[in-house]
Amino acid sequence: MPPIRTYHELTDADRSGLPEQIGAQRRRVAERLAGVGRVIAVMSGKGGVGKSYVTAHLAQALARSGRAVGVLDADLNGPTIPRLLGIDHAPLSTSPSGIEPARGADGVKCISMAMLLEDGAPLAFKGPSAESFVWRGAMEASALRELLSDVTWGALDTLLLDLPPGMQRYVELCDILGAPPAVLTVTIPTAESGDAVRRAMRAAVDRGSRLLGIIENMTGQGFEGTAGDDLAREFTVPVLARIPWHPAPGVWDGLGGRV
Amino acid sequence: MKFLCVDCDKQMAFEERHLPGDGTLAATFKCPTCGRVVAMLTNPMETQLVSSLGVEIGGRTVPEQPFETVRKMVATGREDAFVEASGPNGAPSWSPEARERLARVPNFVRGMVKRIYADYANERGIAEITPAVMDTARGELGLEGM
Repeated sequence: MPPIRTYHELTDADRSGLPEQIGAQRRRVAERLAGVGRVIAVMSGKGGVGKSYVTAHLAQALARSGRAVGVLDADLNGPTIPRLLGIDHAPLSTSPSGIEPARGADGVKCISMAMLLEDGAPLAFKGPSAESFVWRGAMEASALRELLSDVTWGALDTLLLDLPPGMQRYVELCDILGAPPAVLTVTIPTAESGDAVRRAMRAAVDRGSRLLGIIENMTGQGFEGTAGDDLAREFTVPVLARIPWHPAPGVWDGLGGRV
Repeated sequence: MKFLCVDCDKQMAFEERHLPGDGTLAATFKCPTCGRVVAMLTNPMETQLVSSLGVEIGGRTVPEQPFETVRKMVATGREDAFVEASGPNGAPSWSPEARERLARVPNFVRGMVKRIYADYANERGIAEITPAVMDTARGELGLEGM
């Protein structure tokens, strides 16, 4: 038997065109975000540090300063942004050109899985549950891609992406966008938080993201430590804000002016 | 993924896709030289993995719809998540039987399915969508499960 030719040696048209379909998905994302001035991922390697809280208030502060702002709630399994932006449930208007985002406080545009799921229901997919570990990650990445590409964001100065804890969603985001987004990191003062956030920042640097700075949240009471300053020194980035437990309104406007 | 007819040393061409409804997929490929046909059979996990990428084996027959993967694959979507913008003038009418069938589609995905059938009818100058039209569209467009 002669040697069997390899995949790349077969050059006839492939009707399935799976690489072309994936390429078309990527182009849809790029075309949709063409009117967005900057995409900023708000992330932290640590859960419970207040990423969503910071994201929502930062978005409102930017909007109050006259900028067009959108928030994509990329925490697909624990979405909280609509509640933080004061968005009551209303059906999303759809058309062949896309899904109209909801409008929250201060006119911030928003899309979130919370708007699509039954109240109190987890994000569950149809399919063979016995092997869900094989495909669930890919399904969530597709959902994230559609939240980016299928929402009629329009012209925005800033699109904030509120990421869940950990690094998986950030990695997916880099692949979907085709370029690493700028990153804002949120930590609390403790050394434990600093350890987790350090890994996330290192991963973001390794991927090529520009680190905009650190927001140290929940300062002043209860949590002891210098994680914000330590990370800022280590990565040569500024601490953009220290947010106490009960921040005055001006704190957010000050942060908005520095981002 | 490509298939090679080893005897003829020719790349086989995609012929048809079947989704029997049990989570599996069958795709047939034919050798353009000797006519031999082979079928690729995937198990539910493999089929799901392809679906989760938002791609279609055999190529797309319908342009990608907004939130298509989410609407087709999320099992816990709320009934009133979406409201469809009104369609273009001259949209086809729906027979009572077709409306009844459409009503059985979960609301989370119904608007998208309705639009796909309406576009199919408009492109072919069909004034009224009936169950027969829906069956034909399903076959032509590969809308298994819609």
